[in-house]
Amino acid sequence: MQLIDCPWCGCREEIEFSYGGQAHIPYPDNPAELNDTQWAHYVFFRSNPKGVCAERWVHSAGCRRWFNALRDTCTYHFIETYRIGESPSFTSASLFPVTESQVSVPTEAGDRKTQ
Amino acid sequence: MPMTKPRTPGAELPAHPTFLWESPTPKKRYDVVIVGGGGHGLATAHYLVKNHGITDIAVIERGWLAGGNMARNTTIIRSNYLWDQSTALYEYALQLWEGLEDDLEYPILFSQRGVLNLAHTLQEVRDSHRRVEANKLNGVDAEWVDADGVRELCPLVNTSRDIRYPVLGATYQPRAGIAKHDYVAWGFARKASAAGVHLIQDTSVTGFLTTGNRVTGIRTNRSDISAGRVALAAAGLTSTLTDTLGIRVPIQSRPLQALVSELLEPVHPTVVMSNAVHLYVSQAHKGELVMGAGVDSYTGYGQRGAFHIIERQMAAAVELFPVFARAHLLRSWAGTVDVTPDASPIVGPTPYENLFLNCGWGTGGFKATPGLGVAFAHTIATGTPHRLVAPFSLDRFVSGRLVDEHGAAAVAH
Repeated sequence: MQLIDCPWCGCREEIEFSYGGQAHIPYPDNPAELNDTQWAHYVFFRSNPKGVCAERWVHSAGCRRWFNALRDTCTYHFIETYRIGESPSFTSASLFPVTESQVSVPTEAGDRKTQ
Repeated sequence: MPMTKPRTPGAELPAHPTFLWESPTPKKRYDVVIVGGGGHGLATAHYLVKNHGITDIAVIERGWLAGGNMARNTTIIRSNYLWDQSTALYEYALQLWEGLEDDLEYPILFSQRGVLNLAHTLQEVRDSHRRVEANKLNGVDAEWVDADGVRELCPLVNTSRDIRYPVLGATYQPRAGIAKHDYVAWGFARKASAAGVHLIQDTSVTGFLTTGNRVTGIRTNRSDISAGRVALAAAGLTSTLTDTLGIRVPIQSRPLQALVSELLEPVHPTVVMSNAVHLYVSQAHKGELVMGAGVDSYTGYGQRGAFHIIERQMAAAVELFPVFARAHLLRSWAGTVDVTPDASPIVGPTPYENLFLNCGWGTGGFKATPGLGVAFAHTIATGTPHRLVAPFSLDRFVSGRLVDEHGAAAVAH
């Protein structure tokens, strides 16, 4: 079984952990001003990369604390885990694809459909 | 005592086919290019020919034909979903399954052996009753059977009260069943190829050619191909394609595992599914027990899953079917399933006027194959969503009109 390196407890078996989806998605700064399309993108749309991505994990059967991880979705290899508020030492622009600008300027899809 | 000759597993099946479709060199241009040569892509090509007279079609497959999720699913076909929109689509598909052998002029071994969706808790019993009534109102054959009824339909199921999750009853859809997935794909491929559709294997789509608001073709690892219309049927790999166009699709690609036992004499007469213990089991025509699990917890494109998922699945299987304890596991594998927030598919137009989307079937796309083929072909040919897929548009995530089959119907497909 794969071992996951909890930033507090150290390496533990995969079954002790739960997956929390894409990491680093900020709550909108201007929630009252968001339209339906922008809310849809905040609530439902997540990146789904084939390769390295930043994710939230929780050590549910251990210290029960959340942390972030960089993981490769092809090999399932954990490159790095780091505590909430910390930055990974491995960096790549593609890891943080949802920026504030993308949340407020969603794809044309939603815009055209809602008009 | 005279020895009885052992039954050769699969002896009654049709002989393996030799050569069913051409493998042509791609042309420079097609009227319609379908990305993905699995069940959905091939069925769409077939119905574009049959219902709309369009034959200038290429189906582009990165690996071998129907070697992705079409080769990895557990072949269960049913239409007992909760919501009207889902039931309409899957019931239409089921009716097509019932005539598909004649349509394709090819054996697909569709066996309507019925499906039992077990209920293990009082809440599941209530939900099951609700779903049965909803099914009846939608004209789908459905009934509630108690634990004795389950034992009568499938004597192998442990219906005693002393197991961890006792079987309190089940919904039963007699018209549900299984088909031989490879034969289904080959049947569609054979028919489409005979009509002049180009089935192009070993060709990866790497991106799209665009002019303004139009997609004018695809880029592949072999050459660019121009297209009047492009249709995506790439399941778990869809977002790797749409990302190149900046279209965001709310799918997460996850491993879904399944496994088979060694070949056994026919012992399991129906299909049994259980959401509570995450297991679904049928016995293939050849004799393997075919079992599927729930999806793995995290996203992954590796076409393999975690061992503890299989281990839990086997624990559930052995408790529900004590006789399976003596069967040997032959092999296990995983597909990459594209899961949506509401566990319903996404089919229809995209911001690019001649690009059409078909994805998000998650763990249950096989059963929809012919129905989706008709509806997607209509959508591509006319440019307007077919009425059966109209509720499953991408913009439902903006409008909020979700078709929430998660937790509503049997979420295990």
